[in-house]
Amino acid sequence: MTTVAAPMPSTLSIGLSRAAYELKVFFREKDQVVFTFAFPIVFLVLLGSIFAGTMEGVSVSQLYTAGLIGAGVLSVSMQNLGITIAIEREQGMLKRLSGTPMPRTAYFLGKILSVLVIGVVEVALLLAVGVTMYDLRLPSDAAGWLTFAWVFVLGLTAGCLLGIALSSLARSDKSASAVITLPFIVLQFVSGVYIPFNQLPDWLATVGYVFPLSWMCQGFRSVFLGEAGAVLERSGGYELDRVALVLGLWIIGGLVLCLTTFRWKSRREG
Amino acid sequence: MSVRGLTKRYGQVEAVRGIDLEIRAGETFAILGPNGAGKSTTVEILEGHRGRDGGEVRVLGVDPRRPTRRWRARIGIVPQEAQDVAEVTVREAVRHFAGFYPDPLDPDEVIEQAGLTESADRRVSRLSGGQRRRLDVALAVVGRPELLFLDEPTTGFDPEARRRFWDLIKRLPGTKVLTTHYLEEAEVLADRVAVIAKGRVVGEGDPATLGGRAQAKTLVRWADGEVRTDSPTATVAELTARYGGDIPGLTVTRPTLEDTYLRLIEEAV
Repeated sequence: MTTVAAPMPSTLSIGLSRAAYELKVFFREKDQVVFTFAFPIVFLVLLGSIFAGTMEGVSVSQLYTAGLIGAGVLSVSMQNLGITIAIEREQGMLKRLSGTPMPRTAYFLGKILSVLVIGVVEVALLLAVGVTMYDLRLPSDAAGWLTFAWVFVLGLTAGCLLGIALSSLARSDKSASAVITLPFIVLQFVSGVYIPFNQLPDWLATVGYVFPLSWMCQGFRSVFLGEAGAVLERSGGYELDRVALVLGLWIIGGLVLCLTTFRWKSRREG
Repeated sequence: MSVRGLTKRYGQVEAVRGIDLEIRAGETFAILGPNGAGKSTTVEILEGHRGRDGGEVRVLGVDPRRPTRRWRARIGIVPQEAQDVAEVTVREAVRHFAGFYPDPLDPDEVIEQAGLTESADRRVSRLSGGQRRRLDVALAVVGRPELLFLDEPTTGFDPEARRRFWDLIKRLPGTKVLTTHYLEEAEVLADRVAVIAKGRVVGEGDPATLGGRAQAKTLVRWADGEVRTDSPTATVAELTARYGGDIPGLTVTRPTLEDTYLRLIEEAV
């Protein structure tokens, strides 16, 4: 063998190829597609119909739209990745990939990019429901959309990293769904998705403040409810600098957690 | 590839207790042994999937404890039975994996070589067990590896699927390292075999001469008797004369690889 070694394909190109592959697989699992997208929409329609009134001048259904966009983003990122990665680990996909020259970063890049696409679809559906059924006002200026975009991207990235880290908790592919779903539901209750933040007992709200979902939801409320909704915040106003700070910290912490705890082999293989 | 004094412990259990192997470029080397003998552990260490507790290991000149992308591109791994790649087609899967390598083969040619051309656009989840394993081989060889690992590749196959699989493996170029507990498989595919029992190599060599098999006496059996002899042809000629034609119930057998293998395993216990 005297041939000059061909260059290795770049991490970015493999990451993009992984993302395309992940999306193909995701959209072919019809059940998963329907239930992933239906979850926040069904809740929005349910809650929006049950609580039709206003709270301190703010439409409750619009409040729920903002909250469920946050929950939807967390669902496609944390819940979806936490479960699918646990399954991939048990079925040997991760081990197979780690035996190829695919850079490990490309795997995570592919996951996050594919979740980004799924998240955009999810949010677009929720906004469509909010606008048509509950007179949700979309941001009228670039600044509003910009806030929306960075809250979305930071929240989704933090959720992805959290999901990747949580996937290692499940002992088998069969338990993965149960292991991931409980923390996901609890997070929604302590983060102001279903129960407005100012009605939570202090200690629960404090728990909620620790996790990214409450901050992501606050960011979305600032975009969709505007100044009229600020009275509902515990601090009496939006704290977007803190939203960015906490989501950023979760991204860094999540990355460290992933790098230190991620396993490419299933537990039974040691 | 060379392995010297390889050891691996899981808690109190010594899975591998000082294994030495020398595998030459271009040969097909089979590692035989009962379940739990340390075959898979050894191969996983060679593949860079598992660390070791002691010993020197070089695979293609690299210590597999620290695998690099370049090194990974030079080896191919056919994992033990897997269900992972499912809702993509054969062609999509092979193309996707080809993209990981610097100088891959043409995916369609690999599919053809694996005998999957007719199933190329079928979902992997709908393939038969034998087709599924041939896809695993296609995914492992699409990067043009110099060295291919196959870990118990034909477990659960029917005889026809097994023969087709062997034909495929025989046609592949490069060095191949195979673990199996099917002795026939080792005999058909391997240039040399090592028998591992209780974490040690208990026999090594050409499958035809392993454990003194070639020197062992041949068993000649017929309706009224049997004899172990070094010159079976003479015995048969003598019997032909005695019966004046056909010898009733005649069989002539050399010790099979299985006989030799079982003796080696028993001696290790």
